[in-house]
Amino acid sequence: MTLVWEVFRQERKGQPFAHAGSVTAPDLSFAELYAREQYGRRQESEALWIVPREGVHAVADFPDEFDLKYRRVDGYSIKARLKEARERAGTAVES
Amino acid sequence: MDTRTQEFVEYVQAGGQVESGDWMPDDYRSKLVKFIEMHGNSELMGVLPERDWILRAPTLQRKLALTAKIQDEVGHAQLIYRVVEDLGKPRSACLDDLVSGKAKFHNVFHYPTKTWGDVGVIAWLVDAAAIVSQKALLKCSYAPYARIMKKICWEESFHILHGRDVILAMVTGTQEQFELVQEALDRWWEPLMHFHGNPIPADEDPMYVWRIKSQGNEDARQQFLEGYVPQIRELGLEIPDPKLRRDDETSVWSYTEPDWDRLKAVVTGHGPASQERLAFRRLSREQVDWVSRIVLAEAA
Repeated sequence: MTLVWEVFRQERKGQPFAHAGSVTAPDLSFAELYAREQYGRRQESEALWIVPREGVHAVADFPDEFDLKYRRVDGYSIKARLKEARERAGTAVES
Repeated sequence: MDTRTQEFVEYVQAGGQVESGDWMPDDYRSKLVKFIEMHGNSELMGVLPERDWILRAPTLQRKLALTAKIQDEVGHAQLIYRVVEDLGKPRSACLDDLVSGKAKFHNVFHYPTKTWGDVGVIAWLVDAAAIVSQKALLKCSYAPYARIMKKICWEESFHILHGRDVILAMVTGTQEQFELVQEALDRWWEPLMHFHGNPIPADEDPMYVWRIKSQGNEDARQQFLEGYVPQIRELGLEIPDPKLRRDDETSVWSYTEPDWDRLKAVVTGHGPASQERLAFRRLSREQVDWVSRIVLAEAA
């Protein structure tokens, strides 16, 4: 049986691991060998993660039925209020 | 065309990208498989002309560099076949179709490599022509292919430099070495002009309509000529086409129309080295079959 292994690589220390691609191999030792050759033979990776494809649970839908924009910065428009507050306080800068 | 397909076409034409698990029209999937599989085949077959020169490389340094380039190309074939596999065609089926002559590979790999000059011309100019096409694939509507192309382009840029270095060593050497390069260029010019395909208008090219490719064939050839003709000429080499010239107002290159029938014959297995290369691939597949059988049996 040949399995698909997803390979993630870290380019520099401290950076997040990003998906690099996949290799097919009958077991982990071959998967490591192929991943090393494919994604590390030019010193282009600091580290690799090798994960059997079945171990990846993909999620791709993020419904927002209740318009939850108060969780995000774009949910707040403070420009007009800030202007009003500055005018009341007498700290508005003349432009 | 049904509404869903129409929407899909509009989506990819607006620059939208598709992942392997997304819905896609059957025609899009089969065009992707055909295109990407041919690319994989070309990477795999492309190492054979260079392989012939590993034992004959002039120095140890050149031997090591050539071997590294060959390893890269085989690695590209593996990456690309993985993309095809996730679209539904197993690698073993791709290899079956390749050795039986059913699937195609790129025209430039159907020619023999007669001298060390050929090795330089291939690594420099064939790879340069390939990188023009491959850079355009960074924008491919099929995202897994576009992503893998990033790594491939990165490695190809080292190949071009290696090829240019081989050529520079020879054009600055003896008269005989210079003539070796000129003679190789004379033979490789037509295959290079064939490389990007016949000048079919982009809008009639299904690969462009689906945005598998992001540019038309002639655009790619013009880009190659614009980038590399000056680099060839500055070395004192002569391009064997008296009609080749650039219109400085339009920046368009005109050239002798290549023989498109010959291109068709070459890619359908009638090139000077087509059958010999396929026979070698068939043989090596038979010879290493026991390795994969043992590896798979051990792992089971």
